[in-house]
Amino acid sequence: MSTKGANLKSDWHLIGSSMRKIEGLAKSTGRAVYTDDVTFPGMLHGKILRSPHPHARIVAIDTSRAEQLDGVQAVITGRDLPIQYGIIPWTPDEYPLCVDRVRYIGDGVAAVAAVDEDTANEALALIEVEYEELPAFFDPHDAERADGSTPYVHDARKDGWNGNITKMVKLEFGDIEGGMDSADVVVEGDYFFEGTTHAPIEPHCAIGQWDGVGKLTVWSATQVPHYLHRELARVLELDQAQVRVRQPLVGGAFGGKSEPFDLEFCVAKLAMMTGRPVKILYTREEVFYSHRGRHPFHMHYRTGATADGRLTSVDAKILLDGGAYASFGLVTTYYSGQLLCAPYDMPAYRFDSTRVYTNKPACGPKRGHGSVQPRFAFEVQIDKLAEHVELDPIEFRRRNFIGEHTKTVNELRVTSNGFLECLSSVEAASGWSEKFRNMPFGRGIGIAGSTYISGTNYPIYPNEMPQSAVQMQIDRSGRVAVFSGASEIGQGCDSVVAYIAAEELGVPLEWVRVLRGDTDFTPVDLGAYSSRVTFMLGNAAIDAATRLKKLVQSSVAKAWDVKPSEVLLAGGAALWAHDTGRQMSIVEAFHLAEAEHGTLGATGWYNTPKDVHGEYRGGTIGASPAYSFTSHVAEVEVDIDTGFVDVKKIWIAHDCGRALNPVLVEGQMEGSAYMGAAEAIMEEHVFKDGDHGRAGLHNAPSLLDYRIPTSLDTPELQSLIVESIDPEGPYGAKEAGEGPLHPSIPAIANAIYDAIGVRMDRLPFTPPNVWRAIQRAREAGTLAKPSAPANATANPPLSETVQAD
Amino acid sequence: MTIFSVNGERREVDAPETHPLLWVLRERLGLTGTKFGCGIGQCGACTVLVDGQPQRSCQTTVAAAEGTEVTTIEGVTADGLSSVQLAWIEEQVPQCGYCQSGQIMSATALLAARPNPTDEDIDQFMSGNICRCGAYIAIRRAIHRAAEIEGGRIADDNPASGERADR
Repeated sequence: MSTKGANLKSDWHLIGSSMRKIEGLAKSTGRAVYTDDVTFPGMLHGKILRSPHPHARIVAIDTSRAEQLDGVQAVITGRDLPIQYGIIPWTPDEYPLCVDRVRYIGDGVAAVAAVDEDTANEALALIEVEYEELPAFFDPHDAERADGSTPYVHDARKDGWNGNITKMVKLEFGDIEGGMDSADVVVEGDYFFEGTTHAPIEPHCAIGQWDGVGKLTVWSATQVPHYLHRELARVLELDQAQVRVRQPLVGGAFGGKSEPFDLEFCVAKLAMMTGRPVKILYTREEVFYSHRGRHPFHMHYRTGATADGRLTSVDAKILLDGGAYASFGLVTTYYSGQLLCAPYDMPAYRFDSTRVYTNKPACGPKRGHGSVQPRFAFEVQIDKLAEHVELDPIEFRRRNFIGEHTKTVNELRVTSNGFLECLSSVEAASGWSEKFRNMPFGRGIGIAGSTYISGTNYPIYPNEMPQSAVQMQIDRSGRVAVFSGASEIGQGCDSVVAYIAAEELGVPLEWVRVLRGDTDFTPVDLGAYSSRVTFMLGNAAIDAATRLKKLVQSSVAKAWDVKPSEVLLAGGAALWAHDTGRQMSIVEAFHLAEAEHGTLGATGWYNTPKDVHGEYRGGTIGASPAYSFTSHVAEVEVDIDTGFVDVKKIWIAHDCGRALNPVLVEGQMEGSAYMGAAEAIMEEHVFKDGDHGRAGLHNAPSLLDYRIPTSLDTPELQSLIVESIDPEGPYGAKEAGEGPLHPSIPAIANAIYDAIGVRMDRLPFTPPNVWRAIQRAREAGTLAKPSAPANATANPPLSETVQAD
Repeated sequence: MTIFSVNGERREVDAPETHPLLWVLRERLGLTGTKFGCGIGQCGACTVLVDGQPQRSCQTTVAAAEGTEVTTIEGVTADGLSSVQLAWIEEQVPQCGYCQSGQIMSATALLAARPNPTDEDIDQFMSGNICRCGAYIAIRRAIHRAAEIEGGRIADDNPASGERADR
């Protein structure tokens, strides 16, 4: 049995079947432990004072009255933690608490630790902060145009530079204008993607504990314990050996817990000062302020195609509204362009992306980091092109399929690619050919496709060490202990390592114990981001398990006088491949191996290929060991009197390489499509404009006003798993957690067009926005069912430039 | 002093009258299965049963609980697992799991009121419990399964086993 490249499902006993999630029992009985469920005797409660101004200088802070309040144990301000941090090593621009300037309403300025939460809140009210208000930037265009006559959001790094610019990326591949000239149709359009936030139901929470002699332990609801470990040590000026990060189960994250946050530094500092454990649990309002959600994108696309429906050139200009801090913004700026070059072949491609700071909560990575917004615009562009060349939009996409085992125009290496099967799956399941352009006015169907990374080839801080590792050991009862540093945020990574250990070592699944989330005893995994975990951790687990398996096989083979490769480990037994009647219990086999080789333990690891990327600045960003592919069809009903869009159903086809557990994959597909549909029809992370409330104040920092779908609003979802069996992936698997979000939004936009002939180029498709677009179409006389395409060979239109509405 | 029953046991709690029941359960009584999500009764993560009715414990004062019978996820069944919990495990509902205590409490109340709910009944009744992982399809499936277990139409199986009986 080989672990890579083998294509027969029957090679495995467990992999590919619907095994239980190992923590399903704990999560169904209330016994699963999340960070806020952890308490200690003598624990103090911390609270953070937040800025009421979007942009201001801190002139003075007086904490003396707060310090004197009965029950207050410590008060800190920015001056107690004067070292900057940031998830990207090149852009550290945040302090745990602001030192001399606040940059958004909600920026932290001081923190207290008190005997209880009420006392802590009372103490916050006693802290006096003198601010000098500064003009603020809210509109990214204003921030981009700023001339320095008022203070930038951050000081410019060089004289004459605009300090509001986080990052500019301009990359060009192929002959853009030549491609446009050779096109028969060029479609040009402006698109806007409104910001959205993650809103995990578990608010951020952290606990700090100081042992008094030099060891700091921080429990946190984080997706990145390893990076948190490093940044805690740096900011608190401790050796990394003095810091231990523990990660209980995480109650949802979606990218919103993938960098250090103020509360983690504050609980650490307050614990070190008081000698007592300190907990901070964000209020829901604070979760909204902390944000790091989807950037608002202003996008302009120019896309050319030939009359027979082949893309010739793609040109994009994008402005990213980054909010007050850099966060992952450097990467976001690259991703806004780099991840567009599949699944379609494009001979020429250019993007020009600029991320600016504004005085609003910082944006960062949300499920489908940086590529959901351009994917929306681009897939709508494709829908427009298909209509102009009178092709069915599925056929248009087929014609531009980039293929498998190939390179994109920006030199990303693509391995397996099941996109064509994704297209045909949703086409058949949705009844596309009967429905497209053929349903009554008001009812419509739309298609979109996408690709996403299965992790990144390069880690966030440059190093050559493995990206993921596990340690496994077998005890004399046959139980397998797996030490995993991977971040279980609900995606099922603890279960994945257990499945692999059980599969390879032939033990029942319930014999595998996953010991996790503790930087003191688990090997490093870089974190739950960029859809990297199953791919990298899975490969690491296979590596460790096969090392142990070989030891067991060799000892059993010796006892039976057969070849090691003829010894199978399965179903709690070791068996001879040529006569499975010849067998011994797996525990007996483990004892033989331990007697011969010593205590049974192994580490396994995975590192990414470092030799496959573009030879240009930025060419490593977007490089992944494998790419997933997705296609959705959405069906909608639009009420033209109210603008209400009812998404009836989304058919989701996703090429996940191999489904290690189909139920887990379907859960990720449904969750992604749900979240995409939510962004399409409901969610808006927006701020007051000054005419209606205080400028820069979050419009809706609550789950009452920030509307997210309930069971009543969620469309029917049908998952169609496509397996392309990737040569790099564990048993051929690729990612499934983020890719299937992307096409939801453009598929819904394209379905709205099919329903009523109205293009929705601005998100979200809420009743007011849709109703306004309907009114415009009514006035222009275009509110009507679009006509069906002719076939591919029928009279292609002449060369023209079409201005999108 | 508030006196009420929690999971069948008489409890006396000395807390300010306006103290939310959620924090009494979590911090005073150590019942951490009930979760804080939003604090304004919008997410449903804190759902418990008060005299059999689903209530948002973050919006229920401890004074309002006086004399009632409160049931939390820890007491949803006297022993073992309830049919809803069995179905939850079997249908692999939890992803991050944080909202699931609340979901299970609401589902328990739904099935008590309607032993064989339709899809529409489920979507209506469960609409106060947000699942940000988007597991609504699995939740619906699990509620139907729980109804079948409860009605004796399918047998439960050993939830400690990793491999599933069927799918």
